[in-house]
Amino acid sequence: MSVLTDQIVIGPASHSHQSVRLLLRNPVAIAAITFLGIVTLVCIGAPVTAPFDPLHQDLERVLSGPTAHNLLGTDTLGRDVLSRLIYGGRRSLLSVLEGVVVVTALGVPMGLAAGYTGGWVDRVVGKFAETIMAVPALIIVLVVLAVLPQNEDAAMISFGLLGIPAILRVVRSATLRVREDLYVAAARVSGLNHVQIVKRHIFPHVWGPVIVQASLFAAYALLFETGIAYLGLTADPSTPTWGGMVAEASTVIQRQAWLLVPSGTLIAVTILAFGLLGDAIRDAVVIGEGGLARRAPTSVVTKPDRAGDIAEPLNGRSGLVLRVRDLWVSTTSSAAETPIVDRVGFDVYAGETLGIIGESGCGKSVTALAVLRLLPQGLGVTGGQVYWQGDDLLSMTERLFDELRGSSVAYVSQEPQSSLDPAFTVGSQLVELIRHHQRVSRRKAWSSAIALLRQVELQNPDQVARTYAHELSGGMAQRVAIAFALVGRPKLLIADEPTTALDVTVQAEILGLLRRLQRETGMALILITHNWGVIADICDRAVVMYAGQIVEKSGIREMFHKPLHPYTLGLLKSHPSLAEPRSRLSSIPGSVPSPGSWPPACRFSPRCRFVADECLKGPIPLIDVEPGHSSRCIRVDQIFAKASA
Amino acid sequence: MLRIVGNRLLLSVPLLLVVSTLTFLLEALIPGDVARTIVGPQGTQEQYLQLKHSLGLDQPLFTRYQQWLENVIHGDFGNSLFNHEPVTMLLNVRLSVTLSLVIGATLLAAIVGVLLGIAGALRADIAGTAVDALSMVGLAIPNFFLGLLLIALFAVAIPLFPATGYVPFDASPLDWARSLVLPVVVLATPGIAVVAKQTRDSMRAVLERPFIRTLRAAGLPRRSIIFKHALRSAAAPVVTVLGLIFVASLGGTVVVESVFAMPGLGGLAVQATTQHDLPLIQGVAVYFTALVVVVNLLIDLAYGWLDPRVRVE
Repeated sequence: MSVLTDQIVIGPASHSHQSVRLLLRNPVAIAAITFLGIVTLVCIGAPVTAPFDPLHQDLERVLSGPTAHNLLGTDTLGRDVLSRLIYGGRRSLLSVLEGVVVVTALGVPMGLAAGYTGGWVDRVVGKFAETIMAVPALIIVLVVLAVLPQNEDAAMISFGLLGIPAILRVVRSATLRVREDLYVAAARVSGLNHVQIVKRHIFPHVWGPVIVQASLFAAYALLFETGIAYLGLTADPSTPTWGGMVAEASTVIQRQAWLLVPSGTLIAVTILAFGLLGDAIRDAVVIGEGGLARRAPTSVVTKPDRAGDIAEPLNGRSGLVLRVRDLWVSTTSSAAETPIVDRVGFDVYAGETLGIIGESGCGKSVTALAVLRLLPQGLGVTGGQVYWQGDDLLSMTERLFDELRGSSVAYVSQEPQSSLDPAFTVGSQLVELIRHHQRVSRRKAWSSAIALLRQVELQNPDQVARTYAHELSGGMAQRVAIAFALVGRPKLLIADEPTTALDVTVQAEILGLLRRLQRETGMALILITHNWGVIADICDRAVVMYAGQIVEKSGIREMFHKPLHPYTLGLLKSHPSLAEPRSRLSSIPGSVPSPGSWPPACRFSPRCRFVADECLKGPIPLIDVEPGHSSRCIRVDQIFAKASA
Repeated sequence: MLRIVGNRLLLSVPLLLVVSTLTFLLEALIPGDVARTIVGPQGTQEQYLQLKHSLGLDQPLFTRYQQWLENVIHGDFGNSLFNHEPVTMLLNVRLSVTLSLVIGATLLAAIVGVLLGIAGALRADIAGTAVDALSMVGLAIPNFFLGLLLIALFAVAIPLFPATGYVPFDASPLDWARSLVLPVVVLATPGIAVVAKQTRDSMRAVLERPFIRTLRAAGLPRRSIIFKHALRSAAAPVVTVLGLIFVASLGGTVVVESVFAMPGLGGLAVQATTQHDLPLIQGVAVYFTALVVVVNLLIDLAYGWLDPRVRVE
């Protein structure tokens, strides 16, 4: 039973006062503490609090059920159930105390020693814990009880000894975490002895988990104590025990089922109280440690006017594949929605390549995932439309959209290895995908899989099909991921930084592969990147994103020769291969503001070297400066003049 | 993979040795005297000495241990002090009852727990809260109390299942199954809660991993992604928990077999304890440990099946 507590892993506690305050604000904790306190006091004061002598028999009132005279009824010999519960609780609570004392008195020092010293001590202690956990605790205690009949103290001490591994492991891992911290190292250097270091610097971080474990162990100890009492192994039948009273009730289950209720319920509720208290302490300790810091200030961003990007005129080009309009993505978990992507809009035409560029945290990937309806939990589309050949993808049912995924829009992510299921071979995953899309025989699907692997220029497709993700190099894994995306013969492939994690030579190969595949299949490509080299190499048009917005949008040639937004200009200048020779590599000062802390007016203004008063007056619209070239900068004329000067 | 199994088997030998030694030495280490206990306060000194001799307790400890260990290796745990039958025979007769209960409970915990856990991972609000509440209550109700409640409800009030007793599979498969339902449910209840919690947390983590996104983007249906791909990757910690549940259920049989009057090893252990029948209870301890060793081995094999990376290490 005790082995299950071992699953609980928690962080250390240092802000003890805050933890205590948090605990006392939790109604569950208060209820548990109050209940346990009352039970303890009533049991300790049994001679005063119990209405009757627990051994007094009254054969006139046998199995009475609750009456005004006997509040919880009487048992088979007419003894008062309430009084027997109060007296029986003394033994049970003492037993719980014995178990908890043994387990903490031995488990905590052992865990501290193992975590603090490491090395062979750690290994020996670890082996000891492992061995004990493989032994069914109850059986060992039964051996003890066979030699020392009805000796409950011996039973509880043995149970405590067998419970050591759980608390030992928790203390050890908490100690390990603090041991390497700077101030502990400093204390060691400054010559404090080990006992002092452990006492002053390590123990304050360990007591929180220890109390949690002790509370949970108390629950198990009571479960165990009532269990052996139920089996009649610890006391003679006349002595009142909680477990023994349940056993007695079981003999009259057909005549008076009520008798089960008081003792059984009291045991269950007391165990529940210990368990809930342990959980509540854990929550308080974890939050006190730093959970509060994570609760970021939710600044309410004033939603700018919903006018959105100026609608692009539908020019004469045919073959529109994807049209994104006013796409708005926000966090959905917190009470106040924080926008992540702010009314983004663009079109993608058949056979073309659209680049989306910007620093990390500008909303590029979130935009792509929103189009695929694969946003991670906690994010949701809060406005806008995504049209796929006239249908709005966002309002489509999940079932319909499932059919479009893969066969219309496909996706390649930036982490090639982790984007493949580690548990199945490449071939078996491909076969499953092929059979889902084309409903062919397994054999046929296998040969299609090999053909696909050959199409993505893998050397030994037969061999690759039999390997697992972890056996592939990054470049090979990315080729496999592209093969996955190609199974449904998509009309649009969204590649999210497909080369970022790869070596430079491999990057060029993957880009070459994407270009070739695009030429062969005629599919459109959205390429998310922060690398101008990639954009220059493969894209027809590009979109620049900053702080959730599109700040510039144009054909690739125009963007390189005539950038119309200071951010684009800064990005271009900070790219090594594009900077002018011998000029200092300029990077943009500052960093991208995180969602929720976007400046209300021009979001780039704090980092912009061209900023003027007019930039700070209100939200800046995306303006068509030239046909097919738009910018979210109201000083575009001045900047344009300076940039070309 | 073979090496992992081999290592595990090699490691299990010392474990079995440690446990058998421990159970044997406990008797010597614990202040107390079995012979005195058995003879009781009314027994004469002569009876006491005679019993001590017949139990071999007058021999030096090491000689006794050597003798005992040699016999155990040959599958001989000696004779029961109570009815003088060979311990091995007594245990083997009852092994199938305990195995039926523990395997049944582990399977039930696995199936119900995993389904609840998946529901909890997919619908955080309703199913998630239900899993939390259930796990608290499931862990807090003592198994003997839950057993008696179920008997009161489903054997006495509504007679669906027999209140107590065990029907061998050979006698009647249907009655065998009916006799197992209530005790298996009782044994599995805390396990269901733990498995559900572990599955939920582990599924949540896996569903956030990039490969799930790849498979969804490639168009694979949700059913296959959740039950085939996500579950497979989420399963390793669940399997670990199932191993712990097996061990916990094995301990639980001691109480549950007594509640339901099942003739298994757990009930035998209680009987041996009250009768101070040391050879018998030592036998039960070694059997239980051997079962734990076998289960740990199966778990290692499961890790290898679940995660190909383990196979090559």
